[in-house]
Amino acid sequence: MNKEVYNTLKSIIVKYLPEDVNVTQITPESHLTQDLNINSTHLVDIVLDVEDEFDIMIKDDELNKMETVQKSIDLITLKLEAR
Amino acid sequence: MSGRRVVITGLGVCAPNGVGVAAFTDALKAGKSGIRFFSELQRLKFSCQIGGMPLIPEDKKLKVFTPLQLHNFNSAGILYGVMAGVEAWKDAQLEIDDKQTDFDSGTIFGIGTLGVDKFRESIYKVDDGNTRRLGSTTVQQIMSSGVSAYLGGMLGLGNLVTSNSAACSTGTEAILMAYDRIKSGRALRMLAGSTSDGGPYVWSGFDALRILPSTYNDDPHHASRPFDADAKGFVPGCGAGALLLEDLESAQKRGAKIYAEILGGSSNSGGQRNGGSMTAPNGLAVKRCITDALKNAETEPEEVDVINGHLTATGKDSFEIRNWCEALNRYDDNFPYINSLKGMTGHCLAASGSIESVASVLQMKEGFLFPNVNVDTLHPEIAQLISTQRVPVSFKNYTSKILIKSSFGFGDVNCCIVLKQYSK
Repeated sequence: MNKEVYNTLKSIIVKYLPEDVNVTQITPESHLTQDLNINSTHLVDIVLDVEDEFDIMIKDDELNKMETVQKSIDLITLKLEAR
Repeated sequence: MSGRRVVITGLGVCAPNGVGVAAFTDALKAGKSGIRFFSELQRLKFSCQIGGMPLIPEDKKLKVFTPLQLHNFNSAGILYGVMAGVEAWKDAQLEIDDKQTDFDSGTIFGIGTLGVDKFRESIYKVDDGNTRRLGSTTVQQIMSSGVSAYLGGMLGLGNLVTSNSAACSTGTEAILMAYDRIKSGRALRMLAGSTSDGGPYVWSGFDALRILPSTYNDDPHHASRPFDADAKGFVPGCGAGALLLEDLESAQKRGAKIYAEILGGSSNSGGQRNGGSMTAPNGLAVKRCITDALKNAETEPEEVDVINGHLTATGKDSFEIRNWCEALNRYDDNFPYINSLKGMTGHCLAASGSIESVASVLQMKEGFLFPNVNVDTLHPEIAQLISTQRVPVSFKNYTSKILIKSSFGFGDVNCCIVLKQYSK
């Protein structure tokens, strides 16, 4: 796993956590909406932040490839390699 | 008519001259102005470069909003409305239950123009072909019911959650509609209020109408002059006010503090006939609104001891006083005391009715009349109708028993509510 990508992604996700979930609960296995309880509408904001941070573009039909932290890391890594 | 009685058990306010009820009360008593010069308006070549806008420090925002709620947040009207609404809820000693929906409580929280800055930000992105980058919260920040939607979620409201809109009578109308809802037995508690954005994009249309003062840019505190012979137009403002209305039995069961009772009111329109227009009131309708409000409240005109008027500091002030005189059939020394908050705050547009109602209730509860600031010489047409001493220009100890509050707005719409000193 790309540690750098993971840490950057974590710093993005943490902004969208509900009040009763904290950063220590984020693991690679975490499902963004089911485990971390992130409001599904905020996935759109996470995508925008990811695009800005990594300077990549995520297509609308790729949103479903970002369900978990690990899947998101994989997608970002793939995009970074393809650049 | 049901035997239910409706009382006010909580207040909240976000006004140009005071954020929070405590600061606002002090400002009222001191006659403190909330009107400032805005260099941005100067840069944009406005004629009127002053306005009234609440100053809200970040730490106060974070007491009401979560950092996530403030992320990409740019809707001043929602900010003001939520600050005032949550304050009123807490002031009424009501809990915020994170789990359960409260089906006995709702909100009618009115708006005029809301989310303008967020809308502007979005328009730039859309025009650049960047719609996909708007973010997830654009809709909720610019929809007309945004403020009631935010409040409904933050407080767990399960009764009616809506936003009314009737220009500058919005706030008073929200209170009357909330009163009706409780009176008819369909809710136990209603958070009634209103909010308005401010700044160049809201105020520009009024500046273009040439109805704002342009000669006080270097002297903002003296610009807003309701009643005065030298009134030069209204100073634009913004903010929010909120009142928690409650069924008396519910309030008594909770042992709630009671600020005042609402006896009733009336809203109508002049139909833009008989001198009424999009921008001017039909006097017949104004008088009818006043007399209908008193009838609805089962109150005689002689019982009114204080009027909190609409009185914006335009040429229409004397017309309003004439309408009051004729509706109540009271003149000279026999006229009730009357005041207008707009000398201190400017005209807070859709928020004016609720902010001024909060001021009215505070006057009743604490037994004072706030001063009418900037009245150097009572306008001669007003002086012909009522005695100078009925327009107090300094703080006055006085306990009102019956206060009538009016608001009038573009579209020739009117609203009056009748408040009573609470007694069992």
